Amino acid sequence: MGFILNKISADNFLSSLKDEYYIFAPKCFEFGGTYSDTDTIRYSQINSFDEIVFDKKSLYSFKEAIFHISQTIFYFTEDQAKESNFNPKKVLIFLRNCDLHGLKRLDDIYLHNGPEDHYYKNLRENVKFVVMGCENSFENCFCVSMGTNKNDDYDLSIDKQDDNYLITCKDNEFNKILADLNISQTEIIPKFVTSNSVKVNIPDNLSNDIANNSIWNEYDIRCIACGRCNFVCPTCTCFSMQDIFYTDNGKVGERRRIWASCMVDGFTDMAGGHSYRVKKGQRMRYKVLHKVLNHKKRYGEHMCVGCGRCDDICPEYISFSNSINKLENAMKEVTSNE
Amino acid sequence: MGIPFEKMPEVNAAIQEIIDGLEINQEAFAQGYPSSGTRNISACIGNKVCPYACYNTTKFAKRIEHAVFPNDLHFKICLTGCPNDCAKARMNDFGIIGMTLPQFEPERCVSCGACVRMCTRKSVQALNPINFRPVRNKEKCIGCGECIINCPTMAWTRSKKKYYKLVLLGRTGKKNPRLGEDFLKWVDEDSILKIILNTYNYVKQYIDVNAVGGKEHIGYIVDRTGFEEFKKWALKGVELPPETEVCQPIYWSGIHF
Repeated sequence: MGFILNKISADNFLSSLKDEYYIFAPKCFEFGGTYSDTDTIRYSQINSFDEIVFDKKSLYSFKEAIFHISQTIFYFTEDQAKESNFNPKKVLIFLRNCDLHGLKRLDDIYLHNGPEDHYYKNLRENVKFVVMGCENSFENCFCVSMGTNKNDDYDLSIDKQDDNYLITCKDNEFNKILADLNISQTEIIPKFVTSNSVKVNIPDNLSNDIANNSIWNEYDIRCIACGRCNFVCPTCTCFSMQDIFYTDNGKVGERRRIWASCMVDGFTDMAGGHSYRVKKGQRMRYKVLHKVLNHKKRYGEHMCVGCGRCDDICPEYISFSNSINKLENAMKEVTSNE
Repeated sequence: MGIPFEKMPEVNAAIQEIIDGLEINQEAFAQGYPSSGTRNISACIGNKVCPYACYNTTKFAKRIEHAVFPNDLHFKICLTGCPNDCAKARMNDFGIIGMTLPQFEPERCVSCGACVRMCTRKSVQALNPINFRPVRNKEKCIGCGECIINCPTMAWTRSKKKYYKLVLLGRTGKKNPRLGEDFLKWVDEDSILKIILNTYNYVKQYIDVNAVGGKEHIGYIVDRTGFEEFKKWALKGVELPPETEVCQPIYWSGIHF
């Protein structure tokens, strides 16, 4: 069963959660774009349903709300360390079906990959998820090919229809609040897309033998190693550590972890000044094969969820889906050479 | 052009449609546009197309046109979207260069180094990394926006407010061609407009009464009266925003023959 909320009842629902939850959703930052007089849609805390952007894709994913771009994990003095305070307030995140699949990838890496990641777990435990249905596929999306166009593992689903919000609920706490608002119940089926204009084909015989194929060479020149594809990706989880010594007292400081990108210079730097994957094409190969080959070997499903944000943001118009679609022919080359 | 002089009224009537379409101020309808001293306000393509531009150059140029046209005093005004100055604003009496005041959210910074690298290589090296993060040198920064354009996480974003640099009294010509010098940094649109209008009053007061064709480059007038007298007139009634830097004294050089 589901609920149809008008704007007033939807905002009543939201305000009843505000004390207990930080609410994150894709929001339009007017004139907040990289280029002057352009807007951008990215994640932010919101106070009203009006602020949530339903009809466009966010430039960055929900990831930053649960896995902070920069997180101070502890402070140190000369002989002591103190873990940074953790805010136990609950979090409610609005995201898309593909993103919720992305969450599973984050969980796999941070919770089901050896010891649990303490800092991720702290944040993750307090989060509930609202899936925003997609009425139509957005540009560059290929979720259907990746099997990530639908995800029922949500706490709430929401679709905007004219001025109303269609909601289904799987969470007892939210169910109770909705029931208290005296909203009539009705049958609602959350929306999801069943086809995208972009389709990808990952060959069954894909293997790391493709690493030396020439398909990667074009990215040596095209890619500028800015890392945007990683930073917008809902499934990239790499981070780096920084020890900061405060400038007024160099014996005191903090350790923080920050997002890292396998496309950006320095990612593979080692003691002695060595680094792997100096060429951009090698970095592209590493990323693509992690997303559509190697993650699956360990966790049973591809890392990439087909949200297409990497294609949306690439300043050099490199298409990740195109790079996937080159794999089949390249594999034919690889196998015929044997 | 081969247009007989007696046909001019017909030509003037025929071009009325163009004047209407461009929304150019006019003294008399269907009489053409008789002023030539104040040149067409020129502008680069601006932020409608160019990713570097910090504002809509056409929109601001039109605003200036409406304020100063028609006028026969020799004024050259040029707008360019960013300090690249593709429009050659520095070769005009008034050069308006777009600026943005970069906003930094340290918690979004991943220390990729793109801003520092690009500021160093393409701009004025106003950024230096301290504790893995860029620190902006306010005195050096020219507001070009390279840090913003190159930031992959939007740790750098544009200021809501638009800023401009006003450069003064550049010129081409036979006597002493020279580049315009910085006058105001981080100034706003309204102040620039007032300064231009004030300058018309200044020129009317001090122009050489025997100037050939009634036109004289403003720069030569300022050379005569001294910059301080010009500044007094130009800033009359202008309330500059608190963040505006006024450059003084200003000296021009250029080519002397």
